[in-house]
Amino acid sequence: MDTARFIHKSEYEWMLPPSGAMRVPVVIYASEELMREMDEKVREQAVNVAMLPGIQRASFAMPDAHWGYGFPIGGVAAFDADQGGVVSAGGVGFDISCGVRALRTGLTRAGIARALKPLADELSRAIPAGVGSTGRVHLSLAEMDHMLTGGARWAVKEGYGTPRDLEHSEEQGCIAGAEPDHVSAHAKARQQDEMGTLGSGNHYLEVQEVAEIYDDSIARTYGLQPGGIIVSIHCGSRGLGHQIGTDFLKKMIISAAAHGFVLPERELACAPIHSPTGRQYLGAMRAGINCALANRQILTHLTRKAFATVFPGAELTLLYDVSHNTCKVEEHFVGGERKQLYVHRKGATRAFGPGHPGVPQAWREAGQPVLIGGSMGTCSYILAGTLESENLAFSSAVHGAGRAMSRHQALHHWQGRQIVDELAGRGILIRCRSMRGVAEEAPAAYKDVSAVVDAADRAGLARKIAKLLPVICIKG
Amino acid sequence: MNRPRWEHFAHASDIGVRGIGETKESAFEQAALAAIAVMTDVAAVRADEEIRAACHAPDDALLLVDWINAVVFAVATRKMLFGRFEVRLDGPRLRGKMWGEKIDIDRHQPCVEIKGATCTEARVFRDKRGAWIAQCVVDV
Repeated sequence: MDTARFIHKSEYEWMLPPSGAMRVPVVIYASEELMREMDEKVREQAVNVAMLPGIQRASFAMPDAHWGYGFPIGGVAAFDADQGGVVSAGGVGFDISCGVRALRTGLTRAGIARALKPLADELSRAIPAGVGSTGRVHLSLAEMDHMLTGGARWAVKEGYGTPRDLEHSEEQGCIAGAEPDHVSAHAKARQQDEMGTLGSGNHYLEVQEVAEIYDDSIARTYGLQPGGIIVSIHCGSRGLGHQIGTDFLKKMIISAAAHGFVLPERELACAPIHSPTGRQYLGAMRAGINCALANRQILTHLTRKAFATVFPGAELTLLYDVSHNTCKVEEHFVGGERKQLYVHRKGATRAFGPGHPGVPQAWREAGQPVLIGGSMGTCSYILAGTLESENLAFSSAVHGAGRAMSRHQALHHWQGRQIVDELAGRGILIRCRSMRGVAEEAPAAYKDVSAVVDAADRAGLARKIAKLLPVICIKG
Repeated sequence: MNRPRWEHFAHASDIGVRGIGETKESAFEQAALAAIAVMTDVAAVRADEEIRAACHAPDDALLLVDWINAVVFAVATRKMLFGRFEVRLDGPRLRGKMWGEKIDIDRHQPCVEIKGATCTEARVFRDKRGAWIAQCVVDV
C-alpha cells in the first residue's frame, strides 16, 4: 500500500482524512512494514466503509487487515441506528461468529510427552473435521430453534459442558435477540448434521504449549505458566452461518437501490438498522452467533472426553471464548457522549479493557483475554484488552495472521506429506484427512503472526500476555 | 472453437472460479465444475446420482452466484460431490442438473469446503474471441 496518502499520526497509526463521500476518516493501525505489505484493496474498502450512513468516529483497520468482501478483513466500523446507521452482511462475513476458544488443561509439556501420539489419535477420532464430516448431534427443527436462541447455554443444558464454561465465554455463551424465524430453511438444513464439527480450511483444534510469558501478573490471573498445555479451538457457525450470509447478501444487494444506496462494490451491501431487512438480518445473525457458541461448546465436550481417555483426571477449564466475525450492540463514547452503537468486527476481535462490565468477573481487573490464532506450525498468542483500546478502535484488536499466499500458489509450492513430515521433525503432530488441504494451509502461506501481534501490542489495541507453540494440530 | 473448460484464478485469501464455454449455459456448467475442483479432483467423481436445482436472480452475475451457491448447498446437505452439470437459462431463471456421488473421504481427499459464492469478481460476459466467461470468487 502506498503510505504517502496517509497522515502518519504516530508510529502505529495511519490516518486518511475524509474526502469526497467519506463521512469519517480511515484509521489503520500497523507498523510501516505491515502498511507497505498491505493490499491497496484494504484502503479502497476502508474508504468505501467510511462512506456508509451513520458511521461513527472512523473506518478502522487492524494490523492484519487484508482484502475482504465489501469490508476489509480486519475492519472495524460502528454505526448509530438513529443517524441512519446500517448493518452489513459483508461487514460480518460468511462465517458468522467464527472465533477462538482456549482451554487450560492443568497439564504440562513434559507431562504429556509420553502420550503425544495417543492423544493426537484420540483427538483426531473424537473431533469431526474436514469436508463431508458430520457431527454426532443431530437436531430436529424444534431442537434447532432452541439451540439458535440458547447458544452455549443450550449446549450446557444438553450436557455438553458445565455452567462455569458460560461464565468464561463472551456473552456468557448466549447473545440475546436471536430470531430463528429469520433463519432460512436452507440454513437450518445445512446445520442439521453439522453441530460439533470443526469445518475445514483454516479451522483447527490445537494442543499448544505456553512458550513465553510477557506479563507475569496477568498470565498468573489467566492461569498461564511456562510449559503449560492449552487447547485452542478455531471454528465458527458452520453451514448455518454460511447460508445466513449467502441469503442476506443477496437480499441486501437487491434492496440497496430501494434504500437509496449506490454501492461502489456489491458486497458492501447493507440495510438500515431500522428497516425490515436490517432487523431480520440482526435476528438471523444473532442466531448464527449462538450456533457458533453452541458448536464450540460441543467441541469442548468432545475434547474433554478425548483428554479423559488419555489423561484420566485432567481438568480442562475454559479461559475464554471470543468471536471475530460479528456485529454487536455496545456502548461507546463518541465526542464525549455515551452512545449505543452497532459495532461490526470482520476479522477483528473484541478487546474490552480492565474494569469493563462485559468482561467475566475473574478477568475483569486484568482485561478481557484476546485469543489470536496462528496457522499450523506457527505460534498463537493470548493478549489482554487495554483501557486505551476504547479510544483507539472501539475496543478491538487483531484476529490472526491472514494469508500471504493464495491457496493456488501454496499448492504449487508444497506437498501435504512433506509439510506433515517437516512439522513432525519439529515435534508437531498433524492430523488431517486431506494432504491437499495441508498443502493449501502450509504455515509459510500465512503472514508472520508475531509482526501483527507486536503491532497490536505497540499500538495499544491489546497487550501481549503469552505466546503459544503448537504441539498437536487437528486440521479441518 | 471455444472448448468448454474451467480454471481457477488467484485471490488473496480465497479462490476464483471461472467457467468458459461456447454458450452462457456452458460457462455456468464449467464454473460449477471449477467450484467442485476447489474441493477435490473432479475426475475422481462418479456421476451416479442426479440432483436438480432452480435459481432466480435479477442479473447474470447474481444468477451465477446463486447457481454456485445451489451447488454448495447440495454438497453440504447431501454430502455429495458432483462431476457433471447441465444448465438451462431462461432470462432471469436457471434450471440446473448435477450428477455426482456421496463423498468418499479416502478416494476424493476433499481439502476444503466452500462457505459460499461471493459477488467479488462476479461477472458473466463474452471475451474478445466470443467465448462466454462466468466467474466469481468463492469463500473457503
